[in-house]
Amino acid sequence: MDEASNGIPAAVQALIGVAQHAEESSFPIEMAYVYNTCAAVQNGNPLYWDEAVAREITHGWITPPTMMSVWFRPHYWVPGASGERLALQLHFDLKRLFDLPEAIIAGNETVFGVPVRPGDRLRAHQVLRSVSAVKTTRVGVGRFWVIDLECQNQHGEFVGRDSYDCFGYRRPAA
Amino acid sequence: MSIGELRILTLEQVREGDELPPLAHQVTATTVVLGALASRDWRPMHHDREFAISRNGVRDIFINTPNNAAWFERYVTDWTGPRGRLGRMKFRMGEPVFPGDEMILSGRVTRAAADDTGCGWVDLDLAVSVSGTVKTSCRARVAIPCDGDDNPWERKDERWKP
Repeated sequence: MDEASNGIPAAVQALIGVAQHAEESSFPIEMAYVYNTCAAVQNGNPLYWDEAVAREITHGWITPPTMMSVWFRPHYWVPGASGERLALQLHFDLKRLFDLPEAIIAGNETVFGVPVRPGDRLRAHQVLRSVSAVKTTRVGVGRFWVIDLECQNQHGEFVGRDSYDCFGYRRPAA
Repeated sequence: MSIGELRILTLEQVREGDELPPLAHQVTATTVVLGALASRDWRPMHHDREFAISRNGVRDIFINTPNNAAWFERYVTDWTGPRGRLGRMKFRMGEPVFPGDEMILSGRVTRAAADDTGCGWVDLDLAVSVSGTVKTSCRARVAIPCDGDDNPWERKDERWKP
């Protein structure tokens, strides 16, 4: 460790800018989750409820753009799995590497490309963009990091990029 | 619903400084849990009150990030109608929103202009507030038709620059 690296271990510095955790959505995109999402926020956009409107405007059903990250969250349980299955694995890798037991997502930026449609198979990878020096906030002492999740569909088209501002931290001793 | 009955907001109807009509929603534990499970977010701070208090140091379960995004999307497309197409969204969660809060979504147009491909873009400053305090702020960029015949959903590749 040195001053210029803000005390960031070499193992973490080596991760910056490198694509990791390539994955495919674990099931073909489907409308059932769209209805759950629309119901949760009372979204009556006819694109998701009226097939004639969807046909006219988007050439068939699409899914709400902000659902992009939903398609990469693992099932809570699958046969043969043990332990908690985690989305945004790189975030949890960093918690472990920095030995920071708690974390929050402080912010999020998403750029949207082509719409996602039922039946699509999506691919994504995660990229660590930056890690801050140690910071003290009202919830504890830790570090901020930015992770991009970049997503394409089965045709290689750009679906979107989700950037997460995360803060991993240790709570002050009681 | 027939196509002719749809709300279609066009660029010529929008001016910088326009305010979006506010949206109020009384948040319950169901709001939080429904949003978390719909977004396949199984982390316990969004459904287990004891965990949220003891591990996150907050007073209750709270709305998760993707559900926050879904609320903003619903709010924006309520205003634009179905031809509105989100291009970009950036938000910062200052403080959580808990069961018992009445959240108010509000928004203001900061820019409305067509880009060099002829795509109509509206930039918005949005917020979720509780009791007058902004809990989550958001900047969104949404494409809307330049006129009644235009449809941003037809755009791709070099004609889609969010």
